[in-house]
Amino acid sequence: MSAITIPHEHEVSPGLWALAWRRLKADRIAMISLAIVAFFVAMMLASSLGLVAGDWSKEVGTNYATPTWFKDDVAPPPPPGTPEGKPQDDPTVQAEPHAEGKGAEDRKDESSVVDPLADVLKEVRTETANAVQAPVVARLETLPFGADKWGRDVLKKVIKGSETSIFVGLASAVVAVFLGTILGALAGFYGKWIDDVMNWFYNIFTSIPYLLLILAIAAVLNKKGMFTIILILGLTGWTGTFRLIRGEYLKHKEREYVRAADAIGASNTRRMFVHIFPNVSHVVLVQISILVVAFIKTEVILSFLGFGVPVDVVSWGSMLNEAQSEMILGKWWQLAAAGTTMAILVTAFSLFTDALRDALDPKLK
Amino acid sequence: MNGDSGNKTMSEALVSVRNLRVNFRIDKRTTFEAVKKISFDIPRNSTVALVGESGSGKSVTALSILGLLPHENSSVLPGSEVLFGGRNLLDLSQRELRDLRGKEISMIFQEPMSSLNPVFSVGFQLSEVLRLHMGLSPGQARARGIALLGEVGIPEPEKSIDKYPFQMSGGQQQRVMIAMAIACEPKLLIADEPTTALDVTIQKQILELIGDLQKKHQMSVLFITHDLAVVGEIADFVVVMRDGEIREQGAAADVFERPRDAYTQALLQCRPQLSRRAQRLPVIDDFMSGHPVSYADAPERQRGLTGAEPIVLDVVGLSKSFYSREGLFGKREFKAVHNVSFKLAKGKTLGLVGESGSGKTTVGLTLMRLHEATGGKAIFDGKDILALSNKEFMEYKRRIQIIFQNPYASLNPRFTVGHIVTEPMLIHGIGGSEQERTNMAFELLAKVGLPEVSFYKYPHEFSGGQRQRIAIARCLTMKPDILICDESVSALDVSVQAQVLNLLQDLQDEFQMSYIFISHDLAVVKYISDQVMVMNDGEIVEMANSDDIYLHPQHPYTQRLLSSIPRGWEGAHPKRA
Repeated sequence: MSAITIPHEHEVSPGLWALAWRRLKADRIAMISLAIVAFFVAMMLASSLGLVAGDWSKEVGTNYATPTWFKDDVAPPPPPGTPEGKPQDDPTVQAEPHAEGKGAEDRKDESSVVDPLADVLKEVRTETANAVQAPVVARLETLPFGADKWGRDVLKKVIKGSETSIFVGLASAVVAVFLGTILGALAGFYGKWIDDVMNWFYNIFTSIPYLLLILAIAAVLNKKGMFTIILILGLTGWTGTFRLIRGEYLKHKEREYVRAADAIGASNTRRMFVHIFPNVSHVVLVQISILVVAFIKTEVILSFLGFGVPVDVVSWGSMLNEAQSEMILGKWWQLAAAGTTMAILVTAFSLFTDALRDALDPKLK
Repeated sequence: MNGDSGNKTMSEALVSVRNLRVNFRIDKRTTFEAVKKISFDIPRNSTVALVGESGSGKSVTALSILGLLPHENSSVLPGSEVLFGGRNLLDLSQRELRDLRGKEISMIFQEPMSSLNPVFSVGFQLSEVLRLHMGLSPGQARARGIALLGEVGIPEPEKSIDKYPFQMSGGQQQRVMIAMAIACEPKLLIADEPTTALDVTIQKQILELIGDLQKKHQMSVLFITHDLAVVGEIADFVVVMRDGEIREQGAAADVFERPRDAYTQALLQCRPQLSRRAQRLPVIDDFMSGHPVSYADAPERQRGLTGAEPIVLDVVGLSKSFYSREGLFGKREFKAVHNVSFKLAKGKTLGLVGESGSGKTTVGLTLMRLHEATGGKAIFDGKDILALSNKEFMEYKRRIQIIFQNPYASLNPRFTVGHIVTEPMLIHGIGGSEQERTNMAFELLAKVGLPEVSFYKYPHEFSGGQRQRIAIARCLTMKPDILICDESVSALDVSVQAQVLNLLQDLQDEFQMSYIFISHDLAVVKYISDQVMVMNDGEIVEMANSDDIYLHPQHPYTQRLLSSIPRGWEGAHPKRA
């Protein structure tokens, strides 16, 4: 038998993961939603690498430039802010902002101090328009998704905002699930006083209203930023996962395969993480994807309430926050853009989560 | 039932199954043919046994008669017919079927514990059937319910009718299920493995009850089972199925005495028989490959102790109690194992029999230190292994190994077989390198009769018998002195059981391992054991050499156990010639 070396080409059998992936692939809704999620993640990566929307903060359009496809016949047509009132469909216009956008740096400070009040704004705008001899920047009347009050391209803001929102969602979900899994595994596996202590801890945590807890931690940390939010969400979000994983461990530690591992002399840690963990990892995966959705929404709420990301960072939540005042003026496109994008991602992610759970645990269906 | 039942003709059929074909959809592209165009009759006033191993399609056949197949993934193919009273049951609407079920055709299932609703009293569930189908008033239904409970042999039916299922034993629950099934005097009773989950003594009672009720109510019974021995005493006709096809059907006397099909012959031969001990059990492959081996012709194996054998394990006064909290400070003690002492001889097998709850499994787990013993000693290699610290015990752990009952649960589904088999070597530092361990794993897999490619596969790709082989290979890596087999063959089909038993005996011959063989199946224990220890309520009732205990049982409990073993055809119908 010593002649046996690593044998000839053997067919690698599909493991449970491979089988789950096969089931997932057969599910059309899963694949469509996965594609959407992948698109968003790709967008997020591209924007964080600066490939797209790196210049989101540039004011390329007129203030509250309307979406290209929207004929604003309710509100009065925006006054020609730029020297030549360009027709909407003039192709040369499209090329201009990109060509001249970089020269617009100096204009930024000026317009960021502009009072948001509409009439004043109008005045200022016409003033500048008249005063400027050589318009360095041709501001666009219309943009694909319109512009915000400073004339920043909403489309780019949405893309840049996705970077914050998705990253916060993913990272905090990973932190929360990691905490929940470790604590749940310890509580479920060892039981006895460890379980009791963990459960007290859990009960205290869940007895405080969620948002209050978040706001309290935010107030204590007193430092705005993406990592603060991730920390807050991660520290508060582990509870559900903890209960689930604890239950799974309670169930699995009595299973025969774990007994068998005990019988061959596997240590506690080995049983807990080498034997049981792969068998509950599908729960972990599903938990992560559920929490990503939840945390994207929570981040939006936090930013909306002003506890979220700092002003120099854009997120869907801060966009919605801005949209609040814009809505009064009837400028709905920022709200629509941020809201729709978030809804698409969250819906796709949720559908994907459902499909993922079905694929990983086909008996549940 | 007596011998003349075989004279009944097939013509007066109550149910005729014609060309039944059932497909299961596995995913979008693949379907699985569970039942492949089978035809058989259930005559009036008779018992038909539908016999087959797992995956033979016997339960699917029964479910399609009742229209209970899951609609999402199964389909009865056109051309199939189940004729009952001139109607094709497969064409009926759900509504018409509901009227039929429970009234004309009723069914009892394998697990009484999960077939009864735990939140309703027995009486409520029983009278529900009566009110639904017979239109009785609540008062009438209750009176009839009490009568029915009395008929199926429940003690004190007036009181029992208000009990909840959890207040009854498994056997009583199955009786309640039977009472519900016969409540509306059905013409056909379908019993799907009704005794498989029960202890032998209770199995016998339930079999007798079904037999009596069949005669009394002049109904027909379709009795589904994997074990031919069970139906030997009650069946008039036998239908043997395998892989969705009927291998053989006919009057019970013909099938049992003159089986024509190789598979039927194998089924009859591969069960250990009480009369003698074959060196090797005949296995199904012998028959299917055309070289049938008769159990009676196989050379005899000698079992039994002389008393001179070296002792490897000396257990003295082993006790294990479980405590449950009661009240604020009190706790209640439950003695699962009480004062059990025995000696295990080298290279021999100690059989441990008892009914569920007798503590036999607890003995095994406590010796492995998977449970902590409450008292007693276990001397192994000069040391009391129960008193060692965890660290000290580590050295001994590999020398006592266990094979569990359920091969589907005892292998980690996320590990490849290679990983499963090499893990113990890794933990105990056996084999110097990955390469060496892999080679050893290949050797062991070959030894237990698995091909080399198994190394790279996952447990879910194997059948029950093959999985049990993997579990055995895992234990062998540690070259244990003692192997505890905890119901290790109970969950396997009879044909596979024979193969695993043969393997265990071969390995014992080769490695001189000592076995503690725990089982509720007395025939198997008798076959494989040198010594047998009978347990009841946590205590040893009787202990003796295997042959002695079966020939001359001393204790009444042992006698009762032995008389409950299904005798099969031979036992029920001794040859009249």
